[in-house]
Amino acid sequence: MLRNLFLHSVTVALLCVPTISAAQEKVAQISAPGAETQVELVLRSTTDIDVLQPIIEAFVAQNRRISVIYEQWGSNALFENSLAACAGDMSSADAVFSSGVHQMIDLVNRACASAYRSEQTTALPASRRWRDEVWGITKEPAVIIYNADLVPDAEAPKTRFALLDLMRRPNSIYNGKIATYDIEASGLGYLFAFMDSLEATTFGALLEGFSRINTVATCCSSEIIKRVSEGEYLIAYNVLGSYVDSTSADNIVVIHPEDYTLFLSRAYMIPKDGANKAEAALLLDFMLSTTGIRLLKERNLFYAETNDVSSLPQSAERGIAIEPTLLVAGDKHRREQFVNLWRSAFPQRQYAR
Amino acid sequence: MAESGSHNAVLFRNSLMARVMLGVLALLMAGGVIVAIASLAYGKQAARQSYDRLLLGAANDIAESTKIVNGAPIVDLPVSAFSLLSLALDDRISYAVRDASGVLLTGYENSPVSDGTAEQVLFDAKLQNDPARFATVARRFAERNYSGTVYFTVGHTLRARNAMALELTKKALLGMGVAGLVLMICAFFVIRSTMRPLQHMATDLLERDPYDLTPMPTKGPAEVTVAIVAVNQFMRRLDRQVSAMRNLISDTAHQLRTPVAAIRAHAEMVADQGTPEQQQEGLDRLLKRTRSLGSLLDQMLSRAMVIHRTDNAPPAVVDLRDIALHVVELKDHMLLAPNTVVELVIDDDAIAVLADEISLREAVKNMLANALKHGQSPVRVGVSRQGAMGAIWVSDAGPGPSAEVLDRIGDSFERFAASKGSSAGLGLSIVNAVAEAFSGTVQFGQVEGAFRVAVALPIMEAGNAT
Repeated sequence: MLRNLFLHSVTVALLCVPTISAAQEKVAQISAPGAETQVELVLRSTTDIDVLQPIIEAFVAQNRRISVIYEQWGSNALFENSLAACAGDMSSADAVFSSGVHQMIDLVNRACASAYRSEQTTALPASRRWRDEVWGITKEPAVIIYNADLVPDAEAPKTRFALLDLMRRPNSIYNGKIATYDIEASGLGYLFAFMDSLEATTFGALLEGFSRINTVATCCSSEIIKRVSEGEYLIAYNVLGSYVDSTSADNIVVIHPEDYTLFLSRAYMIPKDGANKAEAALLLDFMLSTTGIRLLKERNLFYAETNDVSSLPQSAERGIAIEPTLLVAGDKHRREQFVNLWRSAFPQRQYAR
Repeated sequence: MAESGSHNAVLFRNSLMARVMLGVLALLMAGGVIVAIASLAYGKQAARQSYDRLLLGAANDIAESTKIVNGAPIVDLPVSAFSLLSLALDDRISYAVRDASGVLLTGYENSPVSDGTAEQVLFDAKLQNDPARFATVARRFAERNYSGTVYFTVGHTLRARNAMALELTKKALLGMGVAGLVLMICAFFVIRSTMRPLQHMATDLLERDPYDLTPMPTKGPAEVTVAIVAVNQFMRRLDRQVSAMRNLISDTAHQLRTPVAAIRAHAEMVADQGTPEQQQEGLDRLLKRTRSLGSLLDQMLSRAMVIHRTDNAPPAVVDLRDIALHVVELKDHMLLAPNTVVELVIDDDAIAVLADEISLREAVKNMLANALKHGQSPVRVGVSRQGAMGAIWVSDAGPGPSAEVLDRIGDSFERFAASKGSSAGLGLSIVNAVAEAFSGTVQFGQVEGAFRVAVALPIMEAGNAT
């Protein structure tokens, strides 16, 4: 009730300012209604503003002197920006919240973060924090989605092997109708593909299958979901599960692959040069608090077995651990080789953008 | 209460147990400090070695996974290498692959370059202002289209190393603490059992009857036996003193009874007799008896003094000639027997003995008094050497006491003296006591036609006079 009251009077300023930086997609200032803000907390995030807004609003309602300047970035651009800020070439954000977890690990490894410990952060499992400098906030699955109107239930691929079988069929109706992330455009897409390559030997076969069936590599979860819903694509692989409910398309069915499902924890970091570290830590503690987790679950950012139809066996959960092994994903040679392998499967002409 | 507290504190400070325990504690503490320093050094060493191996393993792993593709080294960075490095949980990682000319192939540009060119180099450097440890492994490639050495550098910060060193030290210290505690407890029991004989001795002494001066059994460890022997010696002296005192008291009572009774009888006679002549005669007898009682008391006092001194005054080197000279020069004989001639017989040779001068003088005086009283003129006081013994003697021209009397003298001087009511026997008892106290003997006998009483004492040679 109280929350509704202020939700209506929240001042949200959406400014589209592409002239400042091409990479910075959107900026919003969120503050509690009628509050005199003393601190402006700059949060640079890869998450869509719409998804995180309720959580930020609850945070500023609890901390009325803080106003959050929410900047929405692409993950690769945010990484470049954070590196530059770390080197002192650009103004630093107060907090960085990115789905490019391997990039966040790299930033921490380059001593760009400041440490923070609290009851909430130390309660996190070891796989969701490193050096008390980067923390995994969310738990979002990488899923397969399909258009229920166009794909018969019997053909719905419950596992990667089923998807492989679908792609190997001669004269398949799925030719050119399967989509996945473009790993060069999206840090998250690269991370998912890279984890796939580490996780199982099916990855080579998948690439071969994608190649055979002229799979489309494109950008952005919400766009892929929209096109699957519209029927332009029938199936999409490695879509971020948390975005599916946000778009709320009725004809889309979500599959958590039963062989294994990757889970992403968006990483939160307090840059070493941030001006408002204490407030950034407040926001971190808030997101890790029971209220924060409840709000994250409401926005589908925190996967819970109970609210899902297709319950996943525990053994199939593969969380992307926040640990320095992810540095391998950021290695120049390794990335070049991986991208080369990927390009061989997705000829340039098929790029959507 | 406060008083008993302070008393306990004093007792504690003076307790041998507390002292030894404090000593053991101090020893253990000193050892503990040394072991702590050593274990910290050891812990650091151990942590360094184990994590250095980890670094080398990771560097070798990366080197192994490098191939030459199209004439250029391509690193297929293995996850396993980073899994190895991740064993140092919270340490930041740096890695760099460089070719022979130092051009970075992949990795972090700020990763330091080692000085050496050996196949494996381990070195310390900074990683973004944090101290860090690095390993560089060299791998030579000799392919058709690429030839040269590629350097693989891997490093990490020192958090895990320090934590491990601290952990090892902590464990070592914990073990040492337990060992120290066990040692303290052992020490407590060992010391207590060592102290037990002392406690036994104390209880023995406390439980003793105050009149029981018999020696204690000398059993137990050597250190305690020494104390017991000392106590026994002390008790023996005490016993002698006490019995001497007891004898003196009983003898005195016994000896005084007869003369006092005689004086009383004479006094009564004087009181009863009427004529002045008879009274005068009676008074003369009374005077004589009183004088004799006075000299008896003198003798008894001097005997008591001699016994006291022989037990308490430390013996010193005495020249017997000085004693003889002194006694003759006192000229007591002029009073006692003005008609008797007294001669001094000494020569040039000093005869030094270990004795108490005053006691010895007293003895010789008594000998001289006896000779004057019972012997015949001339009386000689002399000193002579008899082999290893030095003798100081008094002789007179008389025949001496009869053999029967001499035997009785041997039995008991006191009884002899008391029965006669004279002080002669008492005088001899003094002589006897002095001779005994300084390991000497009393000799009676006819020498050169004279009766001689001598005290013979062992001679101190000049060399061991000290």
